[in-house]
Amino acid sequence: MWRDPRARSYLLQGLFAAAILAVIAFIAWNTAANLARYNIRVGFQFLDRPAGFDILQRLIPYSEASTYGRAFLVAILNTVVLSAVGIVFATVLGFLIGLARLSSNWLVSRLAAVYIETLRNIPLLLQIFFWYFAILRPLPGPRQSLALPGDIFLNNRGLYLPAPVFEPGSGFVAIALIAAIAAAMAIYAWANRRQAATGQRPAAGRMALGLLIGLPFLAAVATGGPMSWDRPTLAGFNFQGGVVVIPEFVAMAVALSTYSAAFIAEVVRGGVLSVQQGQIEAARAIGLRPISIYRLVVIPQALRAIVPPLTSQYLNLTKNSSLAAAIAYPDLMHVFAGTALNQTGQPFEVMALTMGVYLGISLAISWLMNWYNRRVALRERTP
Amino acid sequence: MRLSSVLAGAAIAAATALPALAGTLDDVKQRGVVHCGNPPNIPGYAFTDDKGERRGFDVDTCKALAAAIFGDATKIKLTAVGPRDALATLATGGVDILTHRMTWTFNRDNGGGIEFVMPLFYDGQGFMVRKSANIKSATQLNGASICAAQGTTTELNIADWFRSKNLRYSIVTFAEPDEARGAYESGRCDSWTNDLGSLAARGLGLKNRDEHIILPETISKEPIGPVVRQGDSQWMHVARWTFNALIAAEELGITQANVDEMKAKSENPEIKRLLGVGDDLGQKLGLKADWAYQAIKAVGNYGEMFDRHLGPNTRLGLSRGLNGLWTNGGLMIAPPFR
Repeated sequence: MWRDPRARSYLLQGLFAAAILAVIAFIAWNTAANLARYNIRVGFQFLDRPAGFDILQRLIPYSEASTYGRAFLVAILNTVVLSAVGIVFATVLGFLIGLARLSSNWLVSRLAAVYIETLRNIPLLLQIFFWYFAILRPLPGPRQSLALPGDIFLNNRGLYLPAPVFEPGSGFVAIALIAAIAAAMAIYAWANRRQAATGQRPAAGRMALGLLIGLPFLAAVATGGPMSWDRPTLAGFNFQGGVVVIPEFVAMAVALSTYSAAFIAEVVRGGVLSVQQGQIEAARAIGLRPISIYRLVVIPQALRAIVPPLTSQYLNLTKNSSLAAAIAYPDLMHVFAGTALNQTGQPFEVMALTMGVYLGISLAISWLMNWYNRRVALRERTP
Repeated sequence: MRLSSVLAGAAIAAATALPALAGTLDDVKQRGVVHCGNPPNIPGYAFTDDKGERRGFDVDTCKALAAAIFGDATKIKLTAVGPRDALATLATGGVDILTHRMTWTFNRDNGGGIEFVMPLFYDGQGFMVRKSANIKSATQLNGASICAAQGTTTELNIADWFRSKNLRYSIVTFAEPDEARGAYESGRCDSWTNDLGSLAARGLGLKNRDEHIILPETISKEPIGPVVRQGDSQWMHVARWTFNALIAAEELGITQANVDEMKAKSENPEIKRLLGVGDDLGQKLGLKADWAYQAIKAVGNYGEMFDRHLGPNTRLGLSRGLNGLWTNGGLMIAPPFR
């Protein structure tokens, strides 16, 4: 049997797999034995116990009497919202700076290079502290808030906005809005078909806009305007009522966006440079303006090279959001793997859940980006 | 060859993954140093002086233990751990004992693999506000935003107290207590909360300490003391009775200066037993007969330890209060050494 290469390879692989399983089993047994020996409580029952602490920013209802499980959800939402906002702004800013770096204008491209080199090389934690105190310093206290039209107030406790209060009947407005969006998509599809068939494009943009505004408006009028505003008012120390954007969120979002934008700019630059020069020359030869060249020829081809490293930058941004504990933004790491961990005294369960969530978010982002990558991939011409 | 390297790796993992647990005293004696966990930087409790030495109340506690075990207060290894990781570090064997600012609570004492030795510092939580805010009492803090450090009992106490008084608040929690102070100073919060001892210590870092006052209310009881791993009864007893010896020394009038004289000349039976003259109490702990004498000689009695770092003559300027002897209206009492 030793002479047959296939049998030998099967045997070796089988032994190797058995050894790996043995190591995993040993680690699991060892952990369980040590947990028992150190008298450390194991189990997820703590998720049903009341948390007892308050959270600065919560997107779903939460109070100190809520469970640790609810605090977990609040923290996850905070992380997801911060990551989403960060990703959007980082992408926009990154593309702008990347294209600026490629500009033929010497000053523009130098400024972009300075931006990239500075922000890439300073540790993110320092940048977060910088933005936090840079944002807090010029803002006034609550008593001297900046009052903007529309009952909007800006002070060093946050940006206070009126919150919409949905009364019964607003369901119709929501349904009308959804119907309007569906109709707008249908109009765009119809406009594309008309353009492909006759070369003339109907005014799809204006029609869609009219629908999106008109339909919900009609529904609101029909049901008697089912929405009121909860306005922020100064009561004692701080503003009460309305919805508040805390400075910690703004500082984290700005820091994460500007930092990741520097990396994304280089990714974009690499992708654009990878487009064959012949494509750009051909586009110029048929008379396209520079903006159209970028939009129609260069970017679609550059995306093939941009999207995979862009995915990595998005994952980095999501994981970097865990630095939020340094400036009191209540993200998952801060609230759950910080406060809850210390208070329940169960580091293993808490860290396992936290790692699971970050893994889940990252896998979701990767999956989405891979789907998009397949869409922009170069389709081979079928003969 | 791949297989054997995998097996070797598993064996190494096995050898290093099982630290000896029961028998911390034996480990410490074998190692030759006591490994203590301290707060990273709190003036008065654990800080680095201008010569680069670690000093403070929590450092002295560790030195007393080392002196009792080895007769030499320098046989310590100090590790700075923040409050967030301190208990986990202790539970998994990273340090032998935490001489830290951890409050003794039910949830920490049970099920976390650790247990508290005894309170060595009775504290309470308080608030600091700006004098310009014209607040005289914490009950006026309705709707205020409060800066706190994360993962400590402060968040829970705030929640309980404000709920009991039916007041609203919003809490801004930072990973490090000094960040909380910085945010309070920059105006982000109306008030800063921490244990009164920590407010006094960290408050020294404020630019204009005179512009701030500490409100009179103490909203919680914080019995703070050293922590050891659960299940090691001998080590727990060594720690507990070493610290009790320091309190007993103050009760009996033994100081760092007169301990030699007391050992040589005193006729008081309890002093003689404590200092190992004519009786060997250390045997039952697994220590030498002069264990208490060495501890007192190294750091003095409890009162001296307090006054050296936290007392009215230091920058912190704390009065003994609840930390005085039971004969002076405080809570410090040592069981009889009999």
